[in-house]
Amino acid sequence: MIIDDKKLIFELPETGGRRQYIPEGERLTKDLEAWYGQDKMRDELDFPNLSEIQVIRHYTNLSAKNYGVENGPYPLGSCTMKYNPKVNEDVTAMPKFAGLHPMQPCPTVQGTLKVMHDHELALCDLTGMDRFTFQPAAGAHGELTGILLIHAYHLDKGDEKRKYMLIPDSAHGTNPASAVMAGFKVREVKSNPSGEVDIEDLKAKLDDEVAGMMLTNPNTLGIFDPNTAEIAKLVHEAGGLMYYDGANLNPIMMHVRPGDMGYDVVHLNVHKTLSTPHGGGGPGAGPVGCKEFLAPYLPYPVLTEEDGQYYWDYDRPKSYGRVRSFYGPIAVYLRSHAFMLANGVEGLADAAEAAVANANYLYYSLKDLYDTSSDNPVMHEFVFSGDRQAKQGCTTMDLAKRMIDYGIHPPTVYFPLTVHEAMMVEPTDTETKEGLDKIVHTFKEIAKEVETNPELLHEAPHHTPVRRPDEVKAAKDLVLKYTK
Amino acid sequence: MSQVEIRKDLLYTESHEWVRKEDDDIISIGLTAYAATELGDLVYAEAEPEDTEVDKGDIVASVESVKMASDVFAPVGGTIVEGNEDIEDEPESINETPYEVWLVKMKVADAAELDELMDADAYEKLLDEEA
Repeated sequence: MIIDDKKLIFELPETGGRRQYIPEGERLTKDLEAWYGQDKMRDELDFPNLSEIQVIRHYTNLSAKNYGVENGPYPLGSCTMKYNPKVNEDVTAMPKFAGLHPMQPCPTVQGTLKVMHDHELALCDLTGMDRFTFQPAAGAHGELTGILLIHAYHLDKGDEKRKYMLIPDSAHGTNPASAVMAGFKVREVKSNPSGEVDIEDLKAKLDDEVAGMMLTNPNTLGIFDPNTAEIAKLVHEAGGLMYYDGANLNPIMMHVRPGDMGYDVVHLNVHKTLSTPHGGGGPGAGPVGCKEFLAPYLPYPVLTEEDGQYYWDYDRPKSYGRVRSFYGPIAVYLRSHAFMLANGVEGLADAAEAAVANANYLYYSLKDLYDTSSDNPVMHEFVFSGDRQAKQGCTTMDLAKRMIDYGIHPPTVYFPLTVHEAMMVEPTDTETKEGLDKIVHTFKEIAKEVETNPELLHEAPHHTPVRRPDEVKAAKDLVLKYTK
Repeated sequence: MSQVEIRKDLLYTESHEWVRKEDDDIISIGLTAYAATELGDLVYAEAEPEDTEVDKGDIVASVESVKMASDVFAPVGGTIVEGNEDIEDEPESINETPYEVWLVKMKVADAAELDELMDADAYEKLLDEEA
């Protein structure tokens, strides 16, 4: 059946409907004017006046146009599109969590605070850090929070000349953005031909003006940098601190810990490493952990336990302040904690191994068809170059668009910038053997089509409601607001 | 990679900027046809402000395409004397005529640094190696 629903909810006809599903008395239980005061009342609200079934149809049809990990394979490299198990939703929906109000006094929410405290300890165990803050609103906000921690540390030491943050050329784009937001300037460190940090270039960029280095390990090419300890030693000797971008922690969890590799600060993306909804599926979370010597600078208040009672410690004279109101997205942390408890240490270690095994299954099934920079095994993800196909007239963008026709989400494309016509593939531990084989089949068929029927790729996707959106127009004339 | 245009009368950098000597110690800087093709359709471009003093390798402008964000680097040290404001409204002009659209003009601090840049032949060789 074809459902052609292109209207915004504001554009639907306000024809009303006979059916009311809630009795009148239930709908209005208070004299609103007496309650809020006359100045807060208004007669008109610019809000669509639709019947319940119109609204339900609208959103149900919209959801059918979406594609998520619950529809099929989603090997979007670097994004770690893990599945959020339904048991997480059961836990979060429990009335004693779902019915909380953020203004409730501590003595009335001891249970939830205990869960948050337990989760902090669990994340410390996972990362080798000593303290965590749950305040940041999302991963990129966590990066900013972590970098501000480094900033506060150097200032407290009276070391005001450290204005540079070192960032590898293969880093996530959020790294330089966070560093600049925190007031630092970026010094880019080159990668060597195998995709690791170029130690000689690092040495050349280190001096007493360097505040720290942001590093992801395994890196965006899916390579575990064997020189991490050496890198941390060099940065520390120069007086800088090491920041761990936790985006790629999934394939090493419960095997290696950032804290043991020499990192001083980490942020985690709990939707990538553990399991919480991605993107529009819910609020983000970006917990930031640090070693004990940085704890005084953490945003206040800090969750503290004394004699079995949990309370907020506001007496943090060296804290650089809040980064957000309240304590962060508690419902997200209920999900990540549920995942940790359900899996246990062995289960988490096994998930990490599955992520690596799945990536290597894809890599070795496909590496002869696409260009690669090395033959070595990978960690959780790998990067193909579509150069061979581009020379035959089909760019990586064409390949990606064609994959949609095969019913898989395309990999990340044109990132990292260090690889030409890049395709970054990450199946995660979520993917099944059936799903992996579907990805392999798709990549193989498309490699054949490049040679036999390139036109098919130029015009792909063929079976979606919207085919190739005008990305230039979307970026230049972005319309975010509906106006009548 | 000889299908992208390289102009004989310009100097080039390894990061794919072209450099034109205007007069005396003034140069203009733009992106090569290769860079413009690699970036894809540009949706944003902005030059650093006038009077900014830069060392070789510092950022003089930023560009963004649908695929990526990228910086434009100073080919030599000096001072930015003018930024091209037209590129803010029409970043696509860089894709259309890369060698006609300069991003910034700079006053060069040490003219000897210009000797370290590549000529058209050397740049063509670099592109062949990268391909």
